[in-house]
Amino acid sequence: MRPLTLRRLLWTCGALTAVLLACIVLALKLGAVPISVTDLVWNLGRIAIGRGDQLPTEYRLIVFDLRLPRILLGILVGAALSVSGASFQALLRNPLADPFVLGVSSGAALGSILALIVAPQIALITPLGAFLGAIATIAAVYFLGRREGQLDSTTLLLGGIISASFLSAIIMFLMTTLAGRDLRGMVFWLMGDLSTPVPAGLRWIFTAGLLVGIGAIYTTAADLNLLLTGEREAIHLGVDVTRVKLVVYVSASLLTALAVSASGAIGYVGLLVPHAIRLLFGSDYRLLIPASALGGAIAIVLADTLARTVVAPTELPVGAMTAMAGAPVFIYLLRRGIR
Amino acid sequence: MSASGNPTQALGSREESPKSAGTERLNVEQASFAYAASERSAPTFTLGATSFQAHERELVAILGPNASGKSTLLRLISGTIAPLSGRVELDGQETSRLDSRTRAQHIAVVHQESPMVYPALAGDFVLQGRHPYGRALRLASKDDIAIARNALAQVGAGHLAGRTIGELSGGEKQRVILARALAQQPRLVLLDEPTLHLDIGAQVELLERLRRLAEENRYAVVVVTHELALAAEFADHVVLLHHGRCLRVGPPAAVYQRELLEQVFEAPLEVELGPAGRPRVNLRARRSEDAT
Repeated sequence: MRPLTLRRLLWTCGALTAVLLACIVLALKLGAVPISVTDLVWNLGRIAIGRGDQLPTEYRLIVFDLRLPRILLGILVGAALSVSGASFQALLRNPLADPFVLGVSSGAALGSILALIVAPQIALITPLGAFLGAIATIAAVYFLGRREGQLDSTTLLLGGIISASFLSAIIMFLMTTLAGRDLRGMVFWLMGDLSTPVPAGLRWIFTAGLLVGIGAIYTTAADLNLLLTGEREAIHLGVDVTRVKLVVYVSASLLTALAVSASGAIGYVGLLVPHAIRLLFGSDYRLLIPASALGGAIAIVLADTLARTVVAPTELPVGAMTAMAGAPVFIYLLRRGIR
Repeated sequence: MSASGNPTQALGSREESPKSAGTERLNVEQASFAYAASERSAPTFTLGATSFQAHERELVAILGPNASGKSTLLRLISGTIAPLSGRVELDGQETSRLDSRTRAQHIAVVHQESPMVYPALAGDFVLQGRHPYGRALRLASKDDIAIARNALAQVGAGHLAGRTIGELSGGEKQRVILARALAQQPRLVLLDEPTLHLDIGAQVELLERLRRLAEENRYAVVVVTHELALAAEFADHVVLLHHGRCLRVGPPAAVYQRELLEQVFEAPLEVELGPAGRPRVNLRARRSEDAT
């Protein structure tokens, strides 16, 4: 018997936070203009004592105006996608579920594009459209995946993949007929890209939405453990299944929508990260959710650093990096059998 | 096997009369149910009015062939569905009106094993039984762990605590699932075809264990089964269902009548009375046809 203790929870999250901090330093350092770690620590120290204005302008621009916001965005997006993936895996009782594979990311992308076309002047319209798109898609995929009242694993995944390609086709159609914008930017966004920062006015709303979403899901962590053994079992053990499902579906869709509206459809993070965390720390959702949030942040920060540096001075979309790592893992998991 | 055969038994010994007041746990009174595809269409399956009682320390078997309404009756008792008419009460409270948390503190349900998506240690699995007593994250308290260990010991599976569920045999898994039910500290334990995947030795062992646990923990046990022989040997009362109708309720000796059982189970049977006053059921092959 090895029940989860508060001590283990805190130690694991602490260790992952330390890894994340190391990754942040690495990501600040690496890039088209390399910066030494001693310099970084020195300058961070200067800012800490309130003398940040003495930094050279070029340095400030690269580190604090370009790299840091991008890293912070990556942290939020990675945490959101991983937690949302872990949640879908519990609700659908399917280890291959992920907002990208299920088509939820594409739904959110289409939603935000439609919202931009219909009412571009309203401030929060992209995340709102993305949210509606995400929740409509997960509802559709859920009903596509049902067979004789039972959730069928294969049908569900097929439903998700078909929805994703259908929605992408509509997005392509809209982009080529309506958008006068540059197509490369849109393609980058669709593949998942962190180079466009969230507008300064929306940053706090964005962060708050993510924290609320992750927090809401975390309150159901113990229930999700039981849902994994089966819905009927969960009911008999006192879980209010309807409430838990509602909370988690809505929150996971919100997380996906916020991530997609900020950075496009970054794939496979929600699949890759929770799975790696399970291998390392076990499948208890009370630990899996915070650990996945931190792990997702680490994964995206690393992936984006790679995306910025491997073909420097040009960049790859970060979604290309996660797909290169994620697709083989998906196939491995699929072949190993769904259980 | 009958506990009442023990004259030195301590307080509150079971009486033979089913009407022994005060210790009545479960009261099913004229409960019925109907399934329909939609509210307006005619019901596709109905369970007619069914009445029986289960007292603490008693084992009641719900007996019948497939599609006789056993599972529906079990769902009614567990409170996951509300009866169309009549009442299902546990210690005077209607089970379908309890909130999910309270219900899980009072009623434990053991289903045929369900597939696990992720492997768990048997001990941690048993700790799930403490879920209805915890709040928020439900980190296991010392009490919870002691209760889970005790539950595992009660089913003779203390040594399995550190093994993953996946590597257990069918009988071991069944015991661990039963231990999780015990960890809920229920007043009523419901089991749905618990002997389905067990060989005969494990079946007898399970039923003997259920009897003993009911005795030790003073709860009532209701078992859904189609195993005529096991019900005859271990049940205090049998509820016989056929095509959604409750045909007979009573001790096995009263319910097990040859013509009745032959009609319900559509098989040629022989019924005789065993030494302990319990009926014995044997299959009788139709020899006039060719035997292969």
